[in-house]
Amino acid sequence: MITSVLGVLFDGFAYGMLLFLLSVGLSVTLGMMNFVNLAHCTFAMIGGYVTVTLINNAGWPFLATLPAAFIAAAVISVGFERTMFRRLYRASDLDQCLLTIGLVFVSVAVAAFVYGTIQQPVQLPNYLRGSYQILGVTFGVYRLFLIVVALIVTLVLVLALEFTRFGAQVRAAVDNQRMARGLGINVDGAFAITFALGSGLAGLGGALAIEIVGLDPAFALAFLVYVLIVVSVGGLGSIGGSFVAAVLLGISDMAGKYYFPAIGSFLIYLVMITLLMWRPAGIFGRRT
Amino acid sequence: MAATSPAIAGPHQYLEAQIRWRTIEIIFWLSLLLPFVVTPNYLSLASQIAITALFALSLDLILGYAGIVSLGHAAFFGFGAYAAGLISKWGWGEPLTGLLISGAAAGLLGYLMSFIISRFRHLALIMITLGFGLLLHELANSASELTGGADGLQGVRMWPLLGMFKFDLYGHTAYWYSLIVLFLLFLVSRRLINSPFGLSLRGIRENAVRMRAIGAESRPHIRKIYTISAAIAGIAGALLTQTTETVSLGVLDFQRSADILVILILGGAGRLYGGLVGAAIFMIARDWFSGVNPQYWYFPIGVLLIGVVLFLPNGILGGFAQIASTERGRRWLGWLLAPLWRGTTP
Repeated sequence: MITSVLGVLFDGFAYGMLLFLLSVGLSVTLGMMNFVNLAHCTFAMIGGYVTVTLINNAGWPFLATLPAAFIAAAVISVGFERTMFRRLYRASDLDQCLLTIGLVFVSVAVAAFVYGTIQQPVQLPNYLRGSYQILGVTFGVYRLFLIVVALIVTLVLVLALEFTRFGAQVRAAVDNQRMARGLGINVDGAFAITFALGSGLAGLGGALAIEIVGLDPAFALAFLVYVLIVVSVGGLGSIGGSFVAAVLLGISDMAGKYYFPAIGSFLIYLVMITLLMWRPAGIFGRRT
Repeated sequence: MAATSPAIAGPHQYLEAQIRWRTIEIIFWLSLLLPFVVTPNYLSLASQIAITALFALSLDLILGYAGIVSLGHAAFFGFGAYAAGLISKWGWGEPLTGLLISGAAAGLLGYLMSFIISRFRHLALIMITLGFGLLLHELANSASELTGGADGLQGVRMWPLLGMFKFDLYGHTAYWYSLIVLFLLFLVSRRLINSPFGLSLRGIRENAVRMRAIGAESRPHIRKIYTISAAIAGIAGALLTQTTETVSLGVLDFQRSADILVILILGGAGRLYGGLVGAAIFMIARDWFSGVNPQYWYFPIGVLLIGVVLFLPNGILGGFAQIASTERGRRWLGWLLAPLWRGTTP
């Protein structure tokens, strides 16, 4: 019993780390510009497909494809940001939703056209396969790797945000965008960089997600809901909030599917709605 | 755009001018009878379009007029669809009463939800409607003894309409049944939005805080229109069940909520006919493209959506209205379309 609980906790934590990588960028950009970017998972999907293509067609090693996925997603996303998204920063929530969901639809169709609708296979190197048995609990090597990567990313993010000049500018823009502009901070420039970094992290998450959840053109829509739950429950612009929300969601999703397979996802939506009704701005959010 | 109606003095005159029927509207509704003559083989598609148009109309009432963004409106559509299916399965196959009961059930659900909906705005609202839609989908999926789960509800049999007209294979009865229901509920909606109540809704959409300051509390208004909208969506769902005699889990899909939003935005939100035009374009286009290549269907939809947001902020009908508001555009469109923009811009 206790081993199964530990196993679920471990798998759930690893899954939560994946969700954190996928959603942290959206949380920060939403906090800065209030731009509802439903296409965030499209950038994750781009990362995933870059990794698949590089491994299967160019023969790159898995680890080398991860930075490539990050860079590809970041570059493509900032292209969209400069040409399309920036025109809608002052538009209504609805327009932002519609533009970005349009982008999701296009990306799903393009991915289906180029790669087909089948799940993409990815061959992991030997040192990332297998698992350790400790006290009867199975720890998958890949999941450990995932957790380590996510924790490093979190640490770097927190340090960068707390102790660098750029991080201070981003925090100022999240707290009060108009005031930050008034103080002479180049909010647009800071936002473009943050947007690229956030999408890059999503791309990295997408690449790492292939082994856990698979990759097909529906990825951009299927994970959108989870990412939005993490962002809205965690609170906009809060890295700590996203982390806690992602871990909570990952563990409860895993536990729900393991112990109550019939009503697992039902419970998650119920918890989300209840949390939002209690705190519309999210657990750690300071404003709606 | 207000410049096109200079003779209007006060709100009452404005509303009266809005209520008057214009030639183009009568032509529009008469043209909906054409499928009986011109394309008798496509009547089931035509009835699907009418049902989708009704669903879009229900969303227009809350989104276009009261400004409530919903990513989970299929919840009410699906609730109505399952209600109609279950009523028939439990031995009462009479369509009209089934339709009314299903609509009332969806309306009741909407009434309960409206207490939550009216408290939130922005992202929290989007997330709560989305979550609620997914919640109901999961509920229907797991309650498989009641709903049939992923296999769909089996054993829905409808009695002949009014005891005389059987639901035939060609969709003859289905189309005129859906069309009449659509028309009646359109009349109700048209009357509703051209009333002082409808004007307050538009006020809430534009500025909820200011409406409160002039003494029009927004929450009761939002609760009312949300309930009405939910009931209409439920009736649309019930129509789908009754005309196809099946219910699948797809009626509650997130995809359906997203599609109906797309339809409304394509056509133009906040102008009643937008959803109707959007539904016709969307469903006909889907019918065409699905023959060619179903999995690429979302490419044109996505491109259209991006194009509409960037270049046609008020949808297709709004685009016409905008062209028509300039002197050159007016000449270009000609006098034939003139009554449309004069009538539908709020």
